[in-house]
Amino acid sequence: MIELQNLTKTFHTADGDVQALRDVNLTVSDGDIFGIIGMSGAGKSTLVRCINLLERPTDGKVLIDGVDMGTLSNKELRMKRREITMIFQSFNLLMQRSCLKNICFPLELSGVKRKDAEKRAMELLEVVGLPDKAKSYPAQLSGGQQQRIAIARALATEPKVLLCDEATSALDPKTTHSILSLIKDINEKMGITVIVITHQMSVVEDICTNVAILDNGAVAEVGRVTEVFASPKSDAAKRLVFPEGFDVPAADGLDGHKRLRVVFNGADAATTPLIAQMALDTGVSANIMSASTKTIDGLAFGTMLLSVPGTEELRTALDYISREENVLAEEVRDV
Amino acid sequence: MIEKAFTPEAWAQAIQIVKSEFLMGVWETFYVTVVATLIAMAIGLPLGVLLVTGDKDGILPLPRVLMQIVNVVINILRSIPFLILMIVVIPFTRLIVGTMVGTTASIVPLTIAAFPFVARLYESSLREVNPNIIEAAQSMGASPLQIICKVMIPESFPSLISNTTIAITTILGYSAMSGIIGGGGLGQIAINYGYYRYKFLIMILAVILLVLMVQVFQSIGTALATKTDKRLKTK
Repeated sequence: MIELQNLTKTFHTADGDVQALRDVNLTVSDGDIFGIIGMSGAGKSTLVRCINLLERPTDGKVLIDGVDMGTLSNKELRMKRREITMIFQSFNLLMQRSCLKNICFPLELSGVKRKDAEKRAMELLEVVGLPDKAKSYPAQLSGGQQQRIAIARALATEPKVLLCDEATSALDPKTTHSILSLIKDINEKMGITVIVITHQMSVVEDICTNVAILDNGAVAEVGRVTEVFASPKSDAAKRLVFPEGFDVPAADGLDGHKRLRVVFNGADAATTPLIAQMALDTGVSANIMSASTKTIDGLAFGTMLLSVPGTEELRTALDYISREENVLAEEVRDV
Repeated sequence: MIEKAFTPEAWAQAIQIVKSEFLMGVWETFYVTVVATLIAMAIGLPLGVLLVTGDKDGILPLPRVLMQIVNVVINILRSIPFLILMIVVIPFTRLIVGTMVGTTASIVPLTIAAFPFVARLYESSLREVNPNIIEAAQSMGASPLQIICKVMIPESFPSLISNTTIAITTILGYSAMSGIIGGGGLGQIAINYGYYRYKFLIMILAVILLVLMVQVFQSIGTALATKTDKRLKTK
């Protein structure tokens, strides 16, 4: 279990102090895939570097399985870092070493015999699906392949935690998806806790179970991905979930019309045209004023803003929609 | 006077001197250059590493005062003209080698002139290493010594070779200058015959050989740097 307690980080720069983290409290349980999302400059990278103490927090504690990282000696910390490995946006492979030697690198650091290290590296090349690239050099590989090698390298020391710092941000959507699937696979098969730092919603939606939204160095919202994305409460969460501005269309609602917000929370709604069905069944035809929905693994997530002619229709619609599983509906009074 | 330099008699004499002295001259120049470069590398590499790692953003920051002293000393040594340095260190040379003349003696001033230069060259090579890669190594629990030996030096290896090539060709040029204080080699032949006795033809031939030696060192260095750089392997 990873516990971050009152984590604060202040950078002293020539232009004055910059507060990168403000009193961050988070708990990540074992085996979880935990997303930390935020706009650039929100403090995500600083936060992840505080977990393995590449950055020393100004204040607060990092507890890993109850061990306070701040109290470890340099040597103990280096040992501990073998259990908390990391992959990066720019892959950061050693460019003068072959892929096999790159994967051997962390084993070499901990004094594993060359033969054993190479054997383990070959196994890991299998795991990441690149067994034929042992002798290749990083410069000969594509971005996605380099990240796979980096993942293999991160797994070499059999870590308990894998930190992914914008690991897919330099990759195209298709490669992103395949890398995320690999990470999810590793999480399931090896039981490794994964912390995913990203600015992309799609990454969190794709693999994370829980998410924390970081805004200006502070945690704005935290919870299950499905809940946070279905009904974002904080401004920061709303900005991420509705980047195109959700509230705008609601402003031109007609007189006497009532508005309601429908939240798809993993409903099987993709296969049922819910709003059209409602019009057929109840005679209430709703005007879709705005919609931002996504289908993830066959389930619908997202929100819609509907407008109906009057109070009677509103009640009918709320009743009808609420009967559907994993769909919430509520009146929106003042937007 | 110039016309006289190319008379048949001058050619005959030159050829005779080429036969009797040039082979030794080439060897002495080669020996002095290579030994001075090797010693300068042995001092320059640790110093270059220190300059990078001891920096305030380095992996093992050292007290700023200490770094400033090291920097100032290197700058002073680098700014003394070689001709003057050669004379200034004579007592030191005599202390170490026992004499101030001869090829072995000229290695001392050459090394003193070269190591600060080599340290600066290596410093720039080591600074080229992507800091993200160093951070990655730290995240894997690498100690500072492991980062130096397994990351910084191997990752900058091609650049270190390129810069060693620059060093060796520069030192070769300096070694010719040490001919003035009897340092031997092609430089001394060129000065003795060309400057003191107006045998320009011999001087020209000696200079041509020096140029050829620089070409050979440079070609080997460039080839090695390219061959060892795995970033250049594209298929």
